Amino acid sequence: MAAVSMASPAVESLYPQKDTTLNKRDGFEDLMEERRHSSDLRYAMRCYTPVVYKDLVPRTPSALRNVVLKSDQVQYVIKQLSKETGESPDIISDEAADILEKMGHGLRLSIVRFFAFTLSKIFKALFQKVRVNEEGIHKLHQAIQEYPVVLLPSHRSYIDFLMLSYIMYTYDLSLPVVAAGMDFMGMKIVGEMLRMSGAFFIRRSFGGDRLYWAVFSEYVKTILRNGDAPVEFFVEGTRSRTGKSLIPKLGLLNIAIEPFLMGEVFDMYLVPISISYERILEESLYAHELLGVPKPKESTSGLLKARKILSENFGSIHIYFGQPVSVRSLATGTVRRSQYNLVPRHIPRKPSGDVYRFLDAVGHRMVVLQQKNMVISPWVLMTTVIIQNLPSMPLPDLIRQTLWLKVIAEAFGAFIDWPVNVSADKVIRSSLALRHNIVKTVKNQVMLCQEETTAEFTVEKVSKSTVTVLMCASYRNQILHVFVRPALVAIAFQNAHSCRKEDVYSCFSYLREVFSDEFIFLPGNLVKDFDEGLYLLMKSGAIQGSHTDLHVAEKGSATISFLSAMFGPFLEGYQVICKYLMRTEFTDDFTEKRFVAEIRNHAAELILTGAIKYSEVLSVDMQKNALAALSRLGAIEKLKTAGGTACKVNKQTLARVADMLAPELPVKSATVAKL
Amino acid sequence: MGTEAPVSSPLTSPRSQPQHGRMASGERTQPRARQRLRVMAGHLRRAEPAPPPALGQCRALEPGPADSTAKTAGTIPRRRQEILKWNGWGYNDSKFTFNKKGQGEFTGKRYRLSGMVLPALKEWMEKSFGASLEHRTSPRTAPNLEDLPLPILNEECLKELKDIGIPFSQDPEDRLIRSHGHCLHEIFALREGKVERVPDVVIWPSCHSDVVKIVKLASKHNICIIPFGGGTSVSDALECPTDEKRTIVSLDTSQMNRILWVDEKNLTAHVEAGITGQDLERQLSEHGYCTGHEPDSMEFSSLGGWVATRASGMKKNIYGNIEDLIVYIKMVTPRGIIEKSCQGPRMSTGPDIYHFIMGSEGTLGVVTEVTIKIRSLPEYQKYGSIVFPDFEQGVACLREVARQRCAPASIRLMDNTQFQFGHALKPQVASIFTSFLDGLKKFYITKFKGFDPNELCVATLLFEGSREKVLQQEKHVYDIAAKVGGLAAGEDNGQRGYMLTFVIAYIRDLGMDYYIIGESFETSVPWDRVLDLCRNVKEKLVRECKERGVQFPPLATCRVTQTYDAGACVYFYFAFNYRGISDPITVFEQIEASAREEILENGGSLSHHHGVGKLRKRWLKESISDVGVGMLKSVKEYVDPNNIFGNQNLL
Repeated sequence: MAAVSMASPAVESLYPQKDTTLNKRDGFEDLMEERRHSSDLRYAMRCYTPVVYKDLVPRTPSALRNVVLKSDQVQYVIKQLSKETGESPDIISDEAADILEKMGHGLRLSIVRFFAFTLSKIFKALFQKVRVNEEGIHKLHQAIQEYPVVLLPSHRSYIDFLMLSYIMYTYDLSLPVVAAGMDFMGMKIVGEMLRMSGAFFIRRSFGGDRLYWAVFSEYVKTILRNGDAPVEFFVEGTRSRTGKSLIPKLGLLNIAIEPFLMGEVFDMYLVPISISYERILEESLYAHELLGVPKPKESTSGLLKARKILSENFGSIHIYFGQPVSVRSLATGTVRRSQYNLVPRHIPRKPSGDVYRFLDAVGHRMVVLQQKNMVISPWVLMTTVIIQNLPSMPLPDLIRQTLWLKVIAEAFGAFIDWPVNVSADKVIRSSLALRHNIVKTVKNQVMLCQEETTAEFTVEKVSKSTVTVLMCASYRNQILHVFVRPALVAIAFQNAHSCRKEDVYSCFSYLREVFSDEFIFLPGNLVKDFDEGLYLLMKSGAIQGSHTDLHVAEKGSATISFLSAMFGPFLEGYQVICKYLMRTEFTDDFTEKRFVAEIRNHAAELILTGAIKYSEVLSVDMQKNALAALSRLGAIEKLKTAGGTACKVNKQTLARVADMLAPELPVKSATVAKL
Repeated sequence: MGTEAPVSSPLTSPRSQPQHGRMASGERTQPRARQRLRVMAGHLRRAEPAPPPALGQCRALEPGPADSTAKTAGTIPRRRQEILKWNGWGYNDSKFTFNKKGQGEFTGKRYRLSGMVLPALKEWMEKSFGASLEHRTSPRTAPNLEDLPLPILNEECLKELKDIGIPFSQDPEDRLIRSHGHCLHEIFALREGKVERVPDVVIWPSCHSDVVKIVKLASKHNICIIPFGGGTSVSDALECPTDEKRTIVSLDTSQMNRILWVDEKNLTAHVEAGITGQDLERQLSEHGYCTGHEPDSMEFSSLGGWVATRASGMKKNIYGNIEDLIVYIKMVTPRGIIEKSCQGPRMSTGPDIYHFIMGSEGTLGVVTEVTIKIRSLPEYQKYGSIVFPDFEQGVACLREVARQRCAPASIRLMDNTQFQFGHALKPQVASIFTSFLDGLKKFYITKFKGFDPNELCVATLLFEGSREKVLQQEKHVYDIAAKVGGLAAGEDNGQRGYMLTFVIAYIRDLGMDYYIIGESFETSVPWDRVLDLCRNVKEKLVRECKERGVQFPPLATCRVTQTYDAGACVYFYFAFNYRGISDPITVFEQIEASAREEILENGGSLSHHHGVGKLRKRWLKESISDVGVGMLKSVKEYVDPNNIFGNQNLL
């Protein structure tokens, strides 16, 4: 009981309560400012002497590769494979050398200078401003000298790692070694150039390739142990197509942190970096992908075709370098490093239970820290309003509601980049104008643009019209992390049909569980999440209450319903999926592939008939997340079969999930017992 | 001197029979003994060795002319304070100090360094610690006896104690100086005059049967016994538990110090457990033998103490650690006497019961007699040193030496900080020529060879054995060193390193006069983790100091002192200037504890040879598992159900 006793202001500092917007923004420096006024060539040719790790023993890339190849770790796996396959170790060793050759970055200053020059040109053309918090740069500057550093940027665009390297070069910091997807290798010349500028490449999936895994992980670790350069990778694993942060992937994180866990370095720093785009280059591509149009393979010619985007305006970018986080401080008291004492350190091993939980917690924390420093543009607030008012809404309403939302968002700790000294009316109108590809204003009514389509088939037709919705949603999604806790409390409050705080809590805890693939919640932070959500609702005057009972404040219903509606598409989407799975034809085993194909048809029909309100359920991302959640909750069971994975429905559990999402009767939850 | 012993002495009589292959006659013993003495003097320049003892079961039982010699045989008298400091390490007459000119000096006549001026010491202290000669602490000049608690001892007990006729004392000073070992906080408290629980009675048994009587009496009256040997513990093992309400008797074994017999056929000696290392080695050397067990504390620490803590000696590569040297142990416990019935060199008779005794740290009983292996004194001894460009290469060399199993009697690798410290203790050079030569060497190493003076580190070596074998081994080791980039750096450097072994313990007392507190601690670790452990622990010490508000950067340094097939022993020295901190000892202990945790997390052991005591108890469970602790507990419960040996060490 005590744990949920009172929403206190002492909510974890991870979520900022006070308005830090101003001083944060003041710390931002526009990189492009100087580039627009001085020679790019001179900039590219300037003296570049980055600070290095204090214990660095300098070595060439080929020496580094040699160290990796000769390492106990790689040699061990080579011997193992040789024993198992009968192949001679020399051949496997050559193979390893070959992998290293493809992977190993060969930092060439001339290439870096070339990039510095071209990227200056490109970025100037694309973006109005590239703003960086210099305080974060200073901290990074110190961190790099102190301990090995891992950079963990958010991942929304290909631009991310180019931009980051560009910034590191600009501020005279060592260029990071980037773990990027192997598909970049397809971009022949550019791929090679990227490699020389610091990127190294990994395959999207290692599968069972132990040699590749050994070479790759040893490569990363070797760089970290010696502190050759900061290592950069995306903890989200891939670019988020939805604008929402993705659940962290732990494989690379484990590799990066292992040198610390095994005592090979005293400490290392994780630096969360938040890169916020006012407009994402790939916005339309992502929307198509989410609707099932496969992603075009990255190729150099594709990049050239993309030149036409150079004539477009992509607004500003904010890059916030977070406070470097010491891995040692995260690990203290949570993970027993002595577990590595009994097995030679070069023998590969899976992380044990507590290490896995530790990695999971670190991964989530890093993503939350990225979210915390994301900069939110007015357009994001606007899309949040527009999506709730489809197909159209009057412009004055949009302005009024956006401003109303801005106040709440700021109170909830959002980091909003709202232009100063410009009237609200003008801010919103110019935003609308900039987004003519998504919204249009007809007779003072704001509505979404529709892609022209001649398609006759239902699904295709509906899909086409959903493209802009999903584009819009991808911006709204950028702010959901600010609201997710209070909104789920609000929804729990409505669904629980009860004023008792513990009922609301149990309902909240269930919702949080259901959506934990969709939104980022720190593992083990349930009570704090609830407290924080409730605290924010109470602070904004939406809910009042005592220790045991809660009720909606007089003026609070607007907030409550707005917040619930913000997450409506998710609740409704999951419900649709649950109900669909409960239909008789799905009671037998089914495959994920079949599911994805059929749910689309089903949803499209529902949309056409107007049976459901939101069309976001068409998004593959939501479908996959829902499936993962249902599997986690035991509503479906995944079985390995000869033909892949099949799923089996557990009707009872499924019905319960559906019921929890939109209960018709007051919820009697078993989780109450926990309290 | 050795040959002047009474002919009747069983120690010397067999010596006159030419039974040793390489020793044709008694006459040849003399030069050998002399040589051995010179060797010893190289370590500790001690004056005259005492005459050898006579054999006898017990002084009390066998009064006679031998009695008087037995009494004076030991270096340590009953009133230890007559020759030893009450508030610090070692002899009263030996200490580091600054003379009027502000130059460092080492007083006394006992050691090679004694009476020498150390011109670099002051600057080193200022540079390393931010210390200044103007900032002196003002410790007590005499022990604080006024605040000593009154002894707990009832009349009946006192009477019985008198009846058994074993000397004992209730003198406050006697009691106080047996209430501690040499942990930093213990010495600090003495200097500050803070006293807590001390023993109520000090008793000096002079033989095994005395101990039997004392233990019986203690069991009868439910008295707590804390065995006291040389008093050199650095694990809080001698600290009296403050919650001990019973009478505490400090059982001082220092007068049980005779070599009872020597068996030259089997090369063993049967010795009373209270003998100190220096007495044992000196007495054996008079007859051409040694045990070769030389822990750094050997001047004061006792054979029984070595057994009780699983001690390790500098020259273990040739002679082995205590567990390799012991053939027989007799221990008096409340349950009775534990011993084995034969002296077979190895047995398969279930778990070795001696291993319950070795490392029992005074929790089970008192070790009274030990049969220990002896060896002929080495024919030839040679020092050596190697300089390496950095610590990593030094470790690589030691590892290779261990792999090839060609380690000399001793091989130690100092890190750069210790190398520089060694320079701080360099005596004033005698001639311009030496100084010039030093300069030349330095030039060669740093300029010609390109070694960074702030990175390079030095290994010191001690070879022992036949001349031929020593030279062969020396070459082997230097060849290995050359392969990893090391340079032979001469005998002098090596010798100086070993000379410092015995005086280095004195330096803490000087530091404490100038607000510097320090401690050493050790561990053992697998080879592949040596470097990582050394780096991480040093870094941890530095970082913790910063976080806990230590105003000056600390001294955090280490050396690899022993090599094994599967790993090494690492020794850390940690010290800092505590000016500006209100509770320096607590801060120090917290930092030391965090360093120990770092050691454990990096694959190091809880202790290589210092033992657990009370200082490291809290980590024993995680070190040896719950069941392991349970096994030890059940032994304790059987052997000593009433916790007569209640020093609360280990468990």
